[in-house]
Amino acid sequence: MIKTDILIIGAGPTGLFTVFEAGLLKLKCHLIDALPQPGGQCSEIYPKKPIYDIPAYPEILAGDLTDKLLEQCKQFEPGFTLGERAETIDKQDDGTFIVTTNKGTKHQAPVVAIAGGLGSFEPRKPLIHNITDFEDKGVEYIIKDPEIYRGKKVVIAGGGDSALDWSIFLSDIASEVTLIHRRNEFRGHLDSVEKVQELKNKGKINLVTPAEVIGIVGDRNVKAVVVKQAQHIEKEFELECDHFIPLFGLSPKLGPIANWGLEIEKNAIVVNNALDYQTNIPGIFAIGDVNTYPGKLKLILCGFHEATLMCQAAYQIINPGKRYVLKYTTVSGVNGFDGTRKEAPKAVVKKID
Amino acid sequence: MEQDVNIKITDRDGVTHEVLAPTDMAMNLMEVVRSYELAPEGTVGICGGMAMCASCQCYVNSEHELPEMQDDEEAMLSEAFYVKDNSRLGCQIQITPEMEGLEVELAPES
Repeated sequence: MIKTDILIIGAGPTGLFTVFEAGLLKLKCHLIDALPQPGGQCSEIYPKKPIYDIPAYPEILAGDLTDKLLEQCKQFEPGFTLGERAETIDKQDDGTFIVTTNKGTKHQAPVVAIAGGLGSFEPRKPLIHNITDFEDKGVEYIIKDPEIYRGKKVVIAGGGDSALDWSIFLSDIASEVTLIHRRNEFRGHLDSVEKVQELKNKGKINLVTPAEVIGIVGDRNVKAVVVKQAQHIEKEFELECDHFIPLFGLSPKLGPIANWGLEIEKNAIVVNNALDYQTNIPGIFAIGDVNTYPGKLKLILCGFHEATLMCQAAYQIINPGKRYVLKYTTVSGVNGFDGTRKEAPKAVVKKID
Repeated sequence: MEQDVNIKITDRDGVTHEVLAPTDMAMNLMEVVRSYELAPEGTVGICGGMAMCASCQCYVNSEHELPEMQDDEEAMLSEAFYVKDNSRLGCQIQITPEMEGLEVELAPES
């Protein structure tokens, strides 16, 4: 059981900034995220794209914003459960909550802050009629352990970075890698595209374009995929393989949080914006893009503000009746849980002759 | 208002809405759909309009001449589902006065 003060669901910018604000109040945080890395949309969808409306940053790349937020909250030693989706929440007799992930990891905290953005990212599944019959029987939408492909025949479908990068990576592990895409053009980093070209020329990647997988053949496990190729004359053929990996990106879904008994409106969680962004369940807050209230704007900078107010309310829940006044970091400095201290340099008091 | 154009948008339930879209607010078709809430929040314009998610895919059913498709839109559509010959990404179509009478239909959610 992982125990913490504030359990944050979602490690995007709002969740990461919560760690800093909570740390100033001596509250410890742990974050759960379905993605394998922190940063949320900023690292998953557009790490290389600039953002222009973060106060004091005329321009910052989304990936760099994530790095800066991680650096800012580092001394408050946040815990992370990554690559797991928060599945269920159970209120305990002592008022705390236990949140369990899809992999069974349990977390306990008196305050839960949902900073889940648009939801957890789920793989987009191609429209192949029998694909669900073969899930985990040779069809994988996400590569978790590349070793299972050692010595196997693998077919990858998709035209973006992940399709390119995994084709490159698996070309050294699998006995055969075939990359199938609807067009001859790929969208990815230039080096990835060039590397695939090189591996294709060496015969290490078998490229089938423009084509798409339209069926899966097998009794229990995948034995082959049906490929429809449209080059010159349209033709259909079977391609023998052990694994079919469709990589068509991820799409966010509110997911299990929708069943937690929270008031939901327009795919978002209704909160009290006049006070502290608490939901209809006391002790559970929703901050950032995942919440809604009159006049809500889905902006990172609004998420930062919401996180800050929410932490004050969390302090009251965790330390009932305990006095506290807002302190300015310039005046008080920042005392990390790791023993570090940041503070403003003292003014020099010296006589001038 | 003269800088507004009339657009017919058929939502994912098959209901057609006649809406007025401003041409002077740098809005694109995806944003018009969102401003009239013709699809639930979180199911359209997920990436914010960067041609990176295809949640705003629509079918253009009128003969209007639209801005030519750029590489990133074409690449995204080649990875999207339910794509037809008249598919476009709403976020890549800026509303201009030439779009008076445009008719589009939202593609299914995927």
